[in-house]
Amino acid sequence: MTTLTLRDLVKDFGRTRVVDGIGLDVAAGEFIVLVGPSGCGKSTTLRMIAGLEEVTAGTIAIGGRVINDLEPKDRDIAMVFQNYAIYPHLTVRQNIGFGLYTQRLARAEKARRIEEAAAILGMGEFLERKPAALSGGQRQRVAIGRAMVRNPRVFLFDEPLSNLDAQLRTQMRIEIKKLHARLASTIVYVTHDQVEAMTLADRIVIMKEGRIQQVGSPAEVYHAPANSFVATFIGAPAMNLLPGTAAGGWVRLATGSEIAVATGAGGPVLLGIRPEDLRPAAAGGAALAGRVTVAEPLGPGTLLHVDLGGAEVIATGPGRGAPAPGATVGLAFDPAALHLFDAATGAAIR
Amino acid sequence: MTAASEALLRADAAGRRRAGLGAALRWLLLFAGGLAMVAPLAYMLATSLKYPFEVFNLNLVPEEPTLDNYREVLLDRRFGWWFFNSFLVASLTTVSNLFWDALVGYTLAKFRFRFRQVVFVAVLSTLMIPTEMLVIPWYLMSQQFGWLNSYWGIMFPGLMTAFGVFLMRQFFQTVPDDFLEAARIDGLNEFLIWWRVAMPLVRPALAALAIFVFLGNWTAFIWPLIVTNDQTMYTLPVGLTTFSVEQSVQWEMIMTGAAVSVLPTLVVFLVFQRFIIRGVVMAGLKG
Ligand SMILES: Nc1ncnc2c1ncn2[C@@H]1O[C@H](COP(=O)(O)OP(=O)(O)OP(=O)(O)O)[C@@H](O)[C@H]1O
Ligand SMILES: [Mg+2]
Repeated sequence: MTTLTLRDLVKDFGRTRVVDGIGLDVAAGEFIVLVGPSGCGKSTTLRMIAGLEEVTAGTIAIGGRVINDLEPKDRDIAMVFQNYAIYPHLTVRQNIGFGLYTQRLARAEKARRIEEAAAILGMGEFLERKPAALSGGQRQRVAIGRAMVRNPRVFLFDEPLSNLDAQLRTQMRIEIKKLHARLASTIVYVTHDQVEAMTLADRIVIMKEGRIQQVGSPAEVYHAPANSFVATFIGAPAMNLLPGTAAGGWVRLATGSEIAVATGAGGPVLLGIRPEDLRPAAAGGAALAGRVTVAEPLGPGTLLHVDLGGAEVIATGPGRGAPAPGATVGLAFDPAALHLFDAATGAAIR
Repeated sequence: MTAASEALLRADAAGRRRAGLGAALRWLLLFAGGLAMVAPLAYMLATSLKYPFEVFNLNLVPEEPTLDNYREVLLDRRFGWWFFNSFLVASLTTVSNLFWDALVGYTLAKFRFRFRQVVFVAVLSTLMIPTEMLVIPWYLMSQQFGWLNSYWGIMFPGLMTAFGVFLMRQFFQTVPDDFLEAARIDGLNEFLIWWRVAMPLVRPALAALAIFVFLGNWTAFIWPLIVTNDQTMYTLPVGLTTFSVEQSVQWEMIMTGAAVSVLPTLVVFLVFQRFIIRGVVMAGLKG
């Protein structure tokens, strides 16, 4: 069963098209994450679903019913904003209760729902406090509670964690994931943090310049990126892309090396390999070799920037005893970990 | 602690470190300025406690202090009327300004509509026209509508002000749209979003506007003088002028009336100033 369906969704601001024909089916209970670089139209898409922005063309349906022309409050959605949008002049209880403002419920029922939401979020003891006396994470919880009490069919989140510090962000991320498991609600979540996207999503939607680049599970978009943009956007540090020319099962790189690939395609290509798939090896006999320019120790591993003579790649060395800057290393990899993209279109070649 | 107050503290500390000749000069200047501000008030109080023979002795402590003037002013029925009239006019005008200026300011700040900029500039341009130029048309209009000598007649020109609209617009522009959109999703209508969400967020501006409008109307002189001719309809400033007639100016009475009329302005200021200070603290809050 589908909860949310977007069909050929388009949004123009004046003459600029910021959302360019988005199509997406979101299943009931699914956690969808929209991710992409700044300005790619994530928020605009979310705001169209919420009814805060008019749709230029295309349709949005919730539960099979087209809602393009419905008021936000009639859409059965709730939204959590980046800067929380909780009101400084109201207590936590009143802020959460704002979500029930127009719902005709008995006073006792409202109180019950507010307290239930607060309890789930661990905010029960703060109900009478003003936001000024709350931490950032607690404020964001209030905003989530305000969305929860509405009992919406679809939750919309627009970068809800980006105002929090890194540690709190990790913690809230886990809590949102638990909350989703508990409420089994449909969630559309916008972020430009790809780690957040990977950890939270059932399916990730990667956007660029108003278009969807790929939709898939975190594993799919990571291991089988549809194009070079997705390949470099997902994963940190980004996938190494080396220009070359393919012919007869070989790719001749611009650096001069030749690498066997499992495809018969020909022409200019980009050869992709993730830093963690590229490991230092004995310099002789390796298909790739170069000089280490920078070594970044991360603890469990060491990121090695290796100059291949014209192109630089990042490889992963061991946490202890990694080659030092200046050393010449060979780089080994599993041929199955190679990705190949058309140099002109960026599309993956399989 | 908020960013604003932190900045203040830091500035304070820095100032103390550089204490020296510069600081002494600054304090001297401030002291002179303060003296210049306080002197008229002090003379007002002193004169109100003097008998007429002593008025032109510029001593601050009366030789024969008396409360006779106060007795006379406070027992004068007319003074009671004037005080009441001023209070009523200033209060109603203040409430009206808070409501309408904020409503129009909000609309200009937060809604996109055709000619919005034109409307805004038109409102602003009325600031360039001095009251003196307007009183004659106002008078003619009041005469034709039969508003002379009425509270409505005194109040109508000031029920909304371009300045207030401008001030409120500027403040509403600083309210993040998220606050309003969250309320929209929760199902509040546009009026309630303004009233329940936007208005509480600009309380400091409302308090400032309240002080300006109340004081402005409490001390307004020209228009009330022109529009009223029945002594019971006078406002305080107009009424006080009846103490100066052609042959003699009863300075001690004028000063006593002025001293009494200063009281409400002090109260209004003290009450609303608290809001302003609280508001500044709140403004530093993220979300
Ligand atoms: N009201 C508006 N008028 C004109 N252009 C707008 C408006 N809102 C957004 N845009 C433009 O639309 C584009 C997409 O904006 P959007 O907010 O959807 O980006 P985003 O993907 O959410 O980016 P970010 O990660 O920075 O939040 C941007 O180029 C932005 O400048
Ligand atoms: Mg955004």
